[in-house]
Amino acid sequence: MSEKSVKQNDAAGAAKKQRKTRLIVQALFAALSNGYLNGWMQGTIYQGASKKICVPGLNCYSCPGALGACPIGSLQAVLSDKSYHISLYVVGMLMAFGAFFGRFICGWLCPFGLVQDLLYKIPGVKKIRSLPGEKHLRKLKYVVLVLLVIILPSIVTGAGDGEPWFCKYLCPSGTLMGGIPLMISNPLLRQAAGWLFSWKMLVLVMILVMAVKISRPFCRYLCPLGAIYSFFNPFSIYRITVDKEKCTGCGICQKTCKLDIPVFEKPNSGECIRCGECVKACPAQALKAGFGTGAQNKKISKTDNEV
Amino acid sequence: MKDFIVMNKTALVVFAAAAVMIGMGPASGEAGTVFTKAIRICLECIGIG
Repeated sequence: MSEKSVKQNDAAGAAKKQRKTRLIVQALFAALSNGYLNGWMQGTIYQGASKKICVPGLNCYSCPGALGACPIGSLQAVLSDKSYHISLYVVGMLMAFGAFFGRFICGWLCPFGLVQDLLYKIPGVKKIRSLPGEKHLRKLKYVVLVLLVIILPSIVTGAGDGEPWFCKYLCPSGTLMGGIPLMISNPLLRQAAGWLFSWKMLVLVMILVMAVKISRPFCRYLCPLGAIYSFFNPFSIYRITVDKEKCTGCGICQKTCKLDIPVFEKPNSGECIRCGECVKACPAQALKAGFGTGAQNKKISKTDNEV
Repeated sequence: MKDFIVMNKTALVVFAAAAVMIGMGPASGEAGTVFTKAIRICLECIGIG
C-alpha cells in the first residue's frame, strides 16, 4: 500500500472517530438542555429562572424537558409584543453565541441537528449529496428568517400583538419535542388539536424522511437560526484554517463534507456546520479547526472569509 | 494574546456589543417577556394555534 493510501486510510479512521465524539457531545447537550425530568413524567413544562436565558440551538421552550428558552421563539415573542420595536436582549444572546461559535452550534449543540444526524445514519437508503437547485434552495432559510421570524410576527393582529409565524406554521422542533410529548400526556391538548397540528406533523414527517436521504435538510434549507449564525462563520472565534503550503487540492475535504462544501476553498463558508470531519479526513493535515486557530496559523495561511 | 486579539477583533467587538445588549435586557423588560412566554405552554408552537 502506498504512503498516500496509508495516509488516506488513517485520515478516514480519524474522521470516523470524530463523528462518534460529536455524537456523544450532541447527545449530552441535548440531554442537559432538556433535562427537566418532571416535565417528561408529568407532561408539564419547566418554569424556573433559567427560562429567561436562551439555549444556543433550536430547542422549543414548550418541550417538557426544556430548561432554557428557544432563541427563535424568544425573538418572535419580543418582536410580536407591541411594547417593543426591536430586540436587544435576544439579539444580544444570538450575537454572543454567533461571535464565539458561528455554526459550530449547529454541528455540535442543536438537538434537532442531532435528530437529523441520527436519521442520516439509517442504512439501506441511497444517500444524495444535494438536491436540484441546491444553490437557490439554501437561500430559502434567509427568506424564512426575514419573513416568518422578523416581519410577520412584527405585524400586529386584531388582538394587539403579533403571532410567532415560524413557530406556528413551520418549526419541526416544536412539533417533535413539544407538541408530540405534550399531546401524548395531556388529553385536553389532544382534544384541541386540529388542522394546524396535522399541517405541522406533515412538515415534520417530510423533514424527517428527507433527513434519511440527505444530510441535514432542515439546516440547509429552512432553519432561521442557522441563517443567523451563518453570518458569523467568517469571523467567529471558532474557525477553520487552511495551510496553503500543505494543501494539495485533492478535494477529499469536500468529498467527506456531508454538506458538499469545498472546504479547501471556503473553510468558513456560511453553510458549514463545523462538524470537523473534513479536518480529520485531510490526508495532508492542512486543515485546522478550533478557537483562535486564526491566530495560531496566521504566519502560514490566510483564513478565507467568503460566506 | 495580542495575536489572538488582532486575529479575532471583529468577533471580540461583536461580543462586547452583545454583552451590552444582553445587559440592557432586564432593564427594558425584554428578559421578562422571554420568561413569561417560555414558562407557559406555547399553543402555537405545539400546533394548537
